[in-house]
Amino acid sequence: MTSEMREITYRQALNEALAEELERDPNVFLMGEEVAEYNGAYKVSQGLLERFGPKRIIDTPISENGFAGLGVGAAMVGLRPIIEFMTFSFSFVAFDQVVNNAPNMFTMSGGQFNIPITFRGPNGPAHQLGATHSHGTECLYANVPGLKVCAPATPRDAKGLLKTAVRDNNPVLVLESELLYSSKGMIEPAGIELLIPLGQAEIKREGSDVTVICYAQTVPLALAVAQQLEEEDISVEVLDLRSIKPLDERAIYSSVTKIHRVVIVEQDRPFCGVGAEICYRIQKNIFDELDAPIARVSQEDVPMPYNERLEHAVLPNAEKLIAAIKKVCYT
Amino acid sequence: MPPAEQRDEVEMLWLMLLIRRFEERASQQYQAQKIGGFCHLYIGQEAVVTGAIAAIRDDDYLITAYRDHAHALARGTPANACMAELFGKETGCSRGLGGSMHFFDKAHHMYGGHAIVGAHVPLACGLAFACKYRNEDRLTLCFFGDGAINQGAFHEALNLAALYKLPIIFICENNLFAMGTSVERSTSLKEIIDRAEGYDIPATVADGMNFREVRDKIAETVVSIRKDPHPAFIEARTYRYRGHSMSDPASYRTKEQLEKYRLDDPITRLRAQLTREGKLTNEKFDELDKRAKETALASVKFAEESPEPPLEKLYRYSYAP
Repeated sequence: MTSEMREITYRQALNEALAEELERDPNVFLMGEEVAEYNGAYKVSQGLLERFGPKRIIDTPISENGFAGLGVGAAMVGLRPIIEFMTFSFSFVAFDQVVNNAPNMFTMSGGQFNIPITFRGPNGPAHQLGATHSHGTECLYANVPGLKVCAPATPRDAKGLLKTAVRDNNPVLVLESELLYSSKGMIEPAGIELLIPLGQAEIKREGSDVTVICYAQTVPLALAVAQQLEEEDISVEVLDLRSIKPLDERAIYSSVTKIHRVVIVEQDRPFCGVGAEICYRIQKNIFDELDAPIARVSQEDVPMPYNERLEHAVLPNAEKLIAAIKKVCYT
Repeated sequence: MPPAEQRDEVEMLWLMLLIRRFEERASQQYQAQKIGGFCHLYIGQEAVVTGAIAAIRDDDYLITAYRDHAHALARGTPANACMAELFGKETGCSRGLGGSMHFFDKAHHMYGGHAIVGAHVPLACGLAFACKYRNEDRLTLCFFGDGAINQGAFHEALNLAALYKLPIIFICENNLFAMGTSVERSTSLKEIIDRAEGYDIPATVADGMNFREVRDKIAETVVSIRKDPHPAFIEARTYRYRGHSMSDPASYRTKEQLEKYRLDDPITRLRAQLTREGKLTNEKFDELDKRAKETALASVKFAEESPEPPLEKLYRYSYAP
């Protein structure tokens, strides 16, 4: 971090990352629905068509399977496509390309064809979009060998992780968050090359009573709760995973070994969710370090209702997180 | 490089013989349980890939579905590497990690070997997109069966290819059956090429049992695409003598139908054409066939003697460095 840090939005950070990588490498192109002339459904690609032209900023028809597959094919011969899904809920239309073609190719070809592709777009529930548009896809994609998955929570992480994803020689999913696009955060000056490695978690706030493991949308939630619990003399350490796969196990074990109590708060579903995997790994590797059973806060296991009150009940929220923290702290 | 369409026809006949003799050996080795998984043979369809290869350059791209042994051989992948792949050996064209349905050979511009029906057609668009992006005059040949034309991926890919004017030739190897389901039972249109025309892609039908017709029709398209990139579509009407895969007795079709196509055999046909024109003697043909048989047999020996992929390197190709 430098003294010349500036404040920008998550959306601007992603836009800077795209522009910098497009500028740096002529093999990089951006493709997706409404990315060019419309400037992006969420304006992440604002101004890029004007700057880089229609050869590199490419609008597609509504054909996720088709353009995701086109990206995989182009990556086979050395281009570095960035494929935008308007939301990762729509990536299911391209599921076969994302889970079958992109991650299998390197193994299936005996190491001849790696696929340097980035799939990006908003992931997870936003606000009252109903069941089809609210999927948290991280648990599904993290299950697939050959894929890498990250889920940035801050503008700085969004920029640094997206730039790293574009340069990675494998398929990387950058799971953004609709609710975070307008959020602000401090970041290095534009001229400074900001690369954040995949598989590196970050402690967003130090604490001593409980480790709250979170990522993406649950990071601001955890930070707000940590602030609130200060008044009750509960000191919360907020560990932002940033990457789901590879997973920074060392950072998890280090925090748990220091604090001995853990809550995992995730934006995906409980059954076979990311938190389930982390629980398993903690108990397998550092069981003796735990002073209480691990608690998880995730979505309820139902298709997302449209009704606002019901949606709130399904999602992880402050009340649920506070209750979980108090439970593991036996207070 | 000399124009491909002038490639020696006797050499192309030898390639067809190699494909057939290779597939016969593969069949035998599958029955001897030396080959695992699924195994789809190309016998009967040889004129399609051979005709196509004869019309393109060595540096053009080729991608196909799971009935892919012939496509690799036609691209120049050694028979040894193909058979070793079927045996799951380290010396295989995909290091024993792909198997029958996933043959890859980067050096020979063979981009697979794809086993989800229709899923590779968008990939073909990506290969062609890259050529156009880089201002290269390469084109992409994309092979698939009649079964693929009812998949969403196929339709999305054709639309994208037409929209972006990609240099790609879609080659539908219509062998009349998607596994056990005949075209009449799977496809609403009478004419498959109408699918392409629905996307404003010029399309034509070729007799897929006739090497020269396939070659000439593709060569004509190649000239047009190299001049000005665009997609094209060719339906090659052909027939597989064997079942869908090694485990399919093909009881959904009649002996009479099979016999009818056998009498129209692509190898016999090219042989007759060349003999009639004084370009091939019986002795020469016998010599070619003997060499094809020996190459196929030698590939079995090579595969048998090759090492297995190392167990301790199981994770070697999960992620690229």
